[in-house]
Amino acid sequence: MPLSDFQTVIGLEVHAQLLTQSKIFCGCSTAFGAEPNHHTCPVCLGMPGVLPVLNQRVVEYAVRTGLALGCTVKPTSVWSRKNYFYPDLPKGYQITQYDQPICEWGELVIDTPSGEKTVRVRRIHLEEDAGKSVHDASASGGQSLVDLNRAGVPLMEIVSEPDLRDADEAVEYLKVLRDVLVYLGVNDGNLEEGSFRCDANVSVMPKGSTTYGQRCELKNLNSFRFLKQAIEYEAARQVDVLESGGKVDQETRLWDVNKGITRSMRSKEDAHDYRYFPEPDLQPLIVSDALRDAQAKSLPELPRAKRTRFMGQYGLPAYDARILTAERPLADFFEACAAHVSDAKKLSNWFLGELSRLLKEEGTPLSALRFTPAQLGELLATVEKGTVSANAAKDVLGEMFRTGRAPADIIAEKGLAQVSDVGAVEAVVDDILAKNAGEVEKYKAGKKSVYGFFVGQVMKAMKGKGNPGLVNELLKKKLGD
Amino acid sequence: MSSTLTDLSMLELAAKLATREVSSVEATRASLQRITQVDPKVRAFLRVDEAGALKAAEASDARRQSGSPASALDGVPVGLKDIFLTQGVETTCGSRILEGFVPPYDATVVRLLKEAGLPLLGKLNMDEFAMGSSNESSAYFPTHNPWDLTRTPGGSSGGSAAAVAAREVFGALGTDTGGSIRQPAAFTNTVGLKPTYGRVSRYGVIAFASSLDQPGPMARTVADTAALLQLIARHDPLDSTSADVATPDCLTGLEDGVRGLKLGVPREYFTAGMDPEVEGTLRASLDEFERMGATLVDVSLPHTKYALATYYLLASSEASSNLARYDGIRYGQRAKDARGLKELYTQTRGQGFGAEVKRRIMLGTYALSAGYYDAYYLRAQKVRTLIREDFTRAFQQVDALVSPTSPVPAFKLGDKVDDPLSMYLMDVYTLPCNLAGLPGLSVPCGFTQAGLPVGLQILGRPFDEARLLRIARAFEREHDFFRRAVPV
Repeated sequence: MPLSDFQTVIGLEVHAQLLTQSKIFCGCSTAFGAEPNHHTCPVCLGMPGVLPVLNQRVVEYAVRTGLALGCTVKPTSVWSRKNYFYPDLPKGYQITQYDQPICEWGELVIDTPSGEKTVRVRRIHLEEDAGKSVHDASASGGQSLVDLNRAGVPLMEIVSEPDLRDADEAVEYLKVLRDVLVYLGVNDGNLEEGSFRCDANVSVMPKGSTTYGQRCELKNLNSFRFLKQAIEYEAARQVDVLESGGKVDQETRLWDVNKGITRSMRSKEDAHDYRYFPEPDLQPLIVSDALRDAQAKSLPELPRAKRTRFMGQYGLPAYDARILTAERPLADFFEACAAHVSDAKKLSNWFLGELSRLLKEEGTPLSALRFTPAQLGELLATVEKGTVSANAAKDVLGEMFRTGRAPADIIAEKGLAQVSDVGAVEAVVDDILAKNAGEVEKYKAGKKSVYGFFVGQVMKAMKGKGNPGLVNELLKKKLGD
Repeated sequence: MSSTLTDLSMLELAAKLATREVSSVEATRASLQRITQVDPKVRAFLRVDEAGALKAAEASDARRQSGSPASALDGVPVGLKDIFLTQGVETTCGSRILEGFVPPYDATVVRLLKEAGLPLLGKLNMDEFAMGSSNESSAYFPTHNPWDLTRTPGGSSGGSAAAVAAREVFGALGTDTGGSIRQPAAFTNTVGLKPTYGRVSRYGVIAFASSLDQPGPMARTVADTAALLQLIARHDPLDSTSADVATPDCLTGLEDGVRGLKLGVPREYFTAGMDPEVEGTLRASLDEFERMGATLVDVSLPHTKYALATYYLLASSEASSNLARYDGIRYGQRAKDARGLKELYTQTRGQGFGAEVKRRIMLGTYALSAGYYDAYYLRAQKVRTLIREDFTRAFQQVDALVSPTSPVPAFKLGDKVDDPLSMYLMDVYTLPCNLAGLPGLSVPCGFTQAGLPVGLQILGRPFDEARLLRIARAFEREHDFFRRAVPV
């Protein structure tokens, strides 16, 4: 059977770092990029005698996420210890949730080429991150150093059912999930710094089969591109194995970025026995009705709902609505501006075009924008009235972006206002036509292509400030059309 | 009455400190001198912090002088089991693996004692990581029972018990996971209280079995024990299992006696294997309670026979996980010549842990393994619930339970070291209380003909420490066993 006769089956396990100021079981900072072992204390160093104290904010964030994904939030969940030895695991165990996680059974809707698809979320659980080993293979013989700044950073693991059927669906799921978490304010969505990362469980089965094939786990895929590449490579590899009469071994595999292949990390035989048992230093985690209700009340409108509303309320095409709603600050700013303009589609064009270009080029975050929604509305109204040309308006926006000054001031100072005075324009038109009598003859003889030449000459004479509508109107009148 | 300073009880000394008849520096020097004199024989101390204790004593005297003592026991010198972290003072938990470890912080109870003004004389010997019933599994040396130097003071808080009994310290803190405060108290003619689980913070106490461990006071008298408890029984936000309950008032009503109280005698605690002298002493004590106006009620705790197995499964399981952090990576001892990570782990742990600790790590690792979890750990948790329910039922009938603390008096050093199972039987009467999270106390109730102390155990409802102390005090008042001169 060729590759096309197989169906890929994918489930994702996403690790999202929660956006708390302090760690999950102590008061140490979670800030990224500090000196090694700077953000540590006896608790996260696993010193003798220390005990964990739960950061309540972590619970709020998990409940918030669970509610947003339509999960059942369990009134009682249980902390467990996952025991294994590793130099960057200070206590020799990780505190995590095992058989009784905080949230279960939700779903996430994604778009696929064949329409909407609902992906089931099996569970959301909380855990602490481990530290980081730094291996120095230098001439001194090589040393391994341990940085425990990350140890105890709160993580939320979101586990999907194996409902995804190809790499593109997996990427779409990951993007939609990322947008939701960022919207909720619980995660920064930063794949590069590892605060949003993903493992993929991949298997293949003959098309039409209802029995899943043996799966392999692909570890630590830290970009959308790697996720797609790794799944596609792995599915093809598994098909090859089956085609050549072999069988797929259950194992954990790594994506080799340089070679573009997955390779075995450990087999089922070397799989760890984690000796899970309930964490005796922590009471079961109780989520009160009050906490849950407070989170439910403060849930924001999520990207998908917002997109639908933007299409209805502002009459925007789906493409525009999706881009505008992908990030909450952009959507919020769009809505603030929309309150000041009559034509939301024109506003959207400015957002998708000039504004996003400026944001990208200047590297400015939306939160640092200098101009106000009212000022942008004013600029658009000026264009509408013909006071400035669309081109000039781009310059004005650029200036507003950099300085936050009012559009009227910029237009006045730069002399960008269009000349709409009939007398003034008529004088120029008359002058141009008089100077180019030969061309006028040709035009009148039927060579209509000369028209553009007249417009160009008038605009040039007026330094681009002639009101294009008025110029056209007068030219045509004088030329006898 | 007592001839020397070190024979005073904590409260007697506190009274003299209050009237400034004695200074804390004098009392501390007396203790230090007593340590110099008897500790070469008793060997209760792993290390003495003379400078620290004297400095604290001077500060205490200054407070007394200015009329603002920090607590009722301000200035009374005490000792600490080496399981409590002491900032700047080496803490080994009786193990080689922590040799040279100087903690960067104080255990909550240590902080509380310091704030209360008690000079801390040093760190007391213990079974390694609190695993043992005789102090012989200390990685350093065994402690000797001051009543008979050829015998054990019990374990694992045997160093604390011996130091209190030998008048080296006025009181001490120990920890009790399966009887480690009560059994050594019984062996040394001292009072030991294991508070309700959650009553005293475990923060900064090196963990053996987290769901069972509980720090508690050890002293020569019931009143001293009560006074010490009041200093350390506090809700601690750093310990998530610490109960948010008010500090008990154990001194008011301490002298109220037992008239009208119903005392349950659990029949399963009077079984074959009990030393006849211990049993005789116990029976006599029960008669005395009746004479003092208490009613004895025969009660049954039917699941008692499973307690020992349950305890050793759960305690070892938790220990196997709690001791994983001693890996040679961050603190304590590290194997010198290890090549590679796996060798570093195996050699560090192989060299650093003693036989008993290794035995329990193996047992716990096995019990938690995939495939055995349901048969061992999970089953043990279920039995634990049944044992707890036995107690709940009993306390619907009675106010407290009375029993022997240990089936035998202090045994000879070396007698049981090669027989771990018979050693485990030493805890048979004490550990059900830990499984149920209840308070338990051992009070001296007599001596054998050979002059070995015998202890009486009193168990109570959760957070009912005040009543246990009151019952113990009623008995103590009749005897004053603590006045008996210790031979060492």
